[in-house]
Amino acid sequence: MSVPVRVSEAAGFAIEVEDLAIGYHGKPALSGVTLQVPTQEIFGIIGPANSGKTSFLRAINRMDLMTAGMEVSGSVRVEGRDVRSWRNPYALRQRIGVVFPLPVGLPLTIYDNVALSSRLRGTRKKADLDVIVERCLRRAALWDEVKDRLDSLGSLLSGGQQQRLTIARALSQDPSILLLDEFSIAVDPVTTMRIEEVLAELKSEMTIVLVTNLVQQARRLASRTAFFLTGELVEVTETETMFEGGAQDPRTTAYVEGKFG
Amino acid sequence: MPELAHAADRRDAAWWVDRAVRILVLAGGLSAIVFIAGIFVFITREGAGFVFDRFDFREFFGSPRWTPTSSHNPTYGALALIAGTASVTGLAMVVSVPFSLGAAIYIGEFATGRVRETLKVLVELLAAIPSVVWGFIGLSIMNPLIIQTFDVPVGLNVLNAGVILGLMAAPIMTTIAEDALKAVPDTYREAAEAMGATRWQVTFKVVLPAARNGLVAATLLGVGRGFGETMAVLMASGHSINLPTSPFDSVRALTATIAAELGETAAGSDHYGALFTLGIFLFLVTFAINFAADVFVRGGQRKHRRRGRRPAASANP
Repeated sequence: MSVPVRVSEAAGFAIEVEDLAIGYHGKPALSGVTLQVPTQEIFGIIGPANSGKTSFLRAINRMDLMTAGMEVSGSVRVEGRDVRSWRNPYALRQRIGVVFPLPVGLPLTIYDNVALSSRLRGTRKKADLDVIVERCLRRAALWDEVKDRLDSLGSLLSGGQQQRLTIARALSQDPSILLLDEFSIAVDPVTTMRIEEVLAELKSEMTIVLVTNLVQQARRLASRTAFFLTGELVEVTETETMFEGGAQDPRTTAYVEGKFG
Repeated sequence: MPELAHAADRRDAAWWVDRAVRILVLAGGLSAIVFIAGIFVFITREGAGFVFDRFDFREFFGSPRWTPTSSHNPTYGALALIAGTASVTGLAMVVSVPFSLGAAIYIGEFATGRVRETLKVLVELLAAIPSVVWGFIGLSIMNPLIIQTFDVPVGLNVLNAGVILGLMAAPIMTTIAEDALKAVPDTYREAAEAMGATRWQVTFKVVLPAARNGLVAATLLGVGRGFGETMAVLMASGHSINLPTSPFDSVRALTATIAAELGETAAGSDHYGALFTLGIFLFLVTFAINFAADVFVRGGQRKHRRRGRRPAASANP
């Protein structure tokens, strides 16, 4: 893959969001968000339900195009370029891996699940695909469990395995940005910890935006954390500071201390 | 405590309503089975006399000579009738499968909002056109059109009946195929689309393989419809006994033969019994096709069992 000129990488930001507002059928879901996500770190987003976290992710890879009634204003820049100026939104989405809250094993074999992205981009050679599939499954800590049954249906794996399959599939896109939306909601604690280890390793290679409903997960992984509340960005702070009582806003402190939410 | 015992044993109105509804729906469900079994028993009984006394397996399936009204040597070869039905149904599938699949994919995967809803209603309206109207179109529009275009003497033939039957079967096949696509959970589409797949790639690589069984079932039900259709085929096929060698040959269908001849036979005669034997054969074929379709639909349901939306209830219209 050719490496496009990354204007803002010099500045160190993978994603720059300015005055972002999102609504559904005219009803606002998120407004006035301005923040920057530095490259190659894990950026946490916490907040109670309906605070606009998922909508925020959907605006980054232009999922608004396939969501009826979703309106986006303001600007989202990925690699220095406004996402709405990409004439080929499919190319944008290929550069951004997404992991959804509930694991989605496509009804294909395990092998085909991980090979799908490469095939969509024209890789046909079995040998090349074999390498990609094994590498991605290994990085997602799933290889040892499925290497003997790559031909069985991905949708028949257990929830935790399917979520790692989803991560392997996202990695097969060779993304520069990985968006995770509450990935541990349907995953047991042991698998959650394994995936967290995987993410900690991956951050040296890609920018990770981690939306989580577990504040302690953000504390464990994220360098910086944003707190969203009822469609508003309350603050972005160094994670350590936020959890050591140094939050700028008392609502943030109350939330991370478990007083509401 | 007497009050508690009372509450535990008292059957209130809701309990009685539930009991009554249970019995009613059970009766409704059983009656469907009873009627189907009754129909099968009836046609089998009417055909039994012929099957046991006169029926000759080699003649019935091997001879194209269907001359039941001949006074000195009546013959009951159904081969030409079976070939007539098969050729018309085969051509109908060639016409209807691409049309209905294309329409279902457009409605299910590409169209949105108003366009989608309008198209769905239109397709359902098309499915409600009575078959005699289709036959009428075959007679008065297709017939002269075929004569002009291909310079043939008769326009009532396999081509005419096949096209008419194909257009007739397409709407119901579209509806069933679209149900099969709808049974594929949206999460699959969203996941594939988030990977950068185009809408066509999502359809081709993810949705169609996932819906494959339902689509096969839709096609099979179309075949069953073609086998059983009577009026349109009677009107458009030319209704003459022939082993077709080209699409421009007139043929006669099994169903059309029964419809046209049964009224003129004496009850209990060999001819009467032979027509019921055709009926038994049709019943068995359509039963087998519907059964196969059902097996495919169940296969499709198993695949999505673990998660996602519930699949469409049944492909049987």
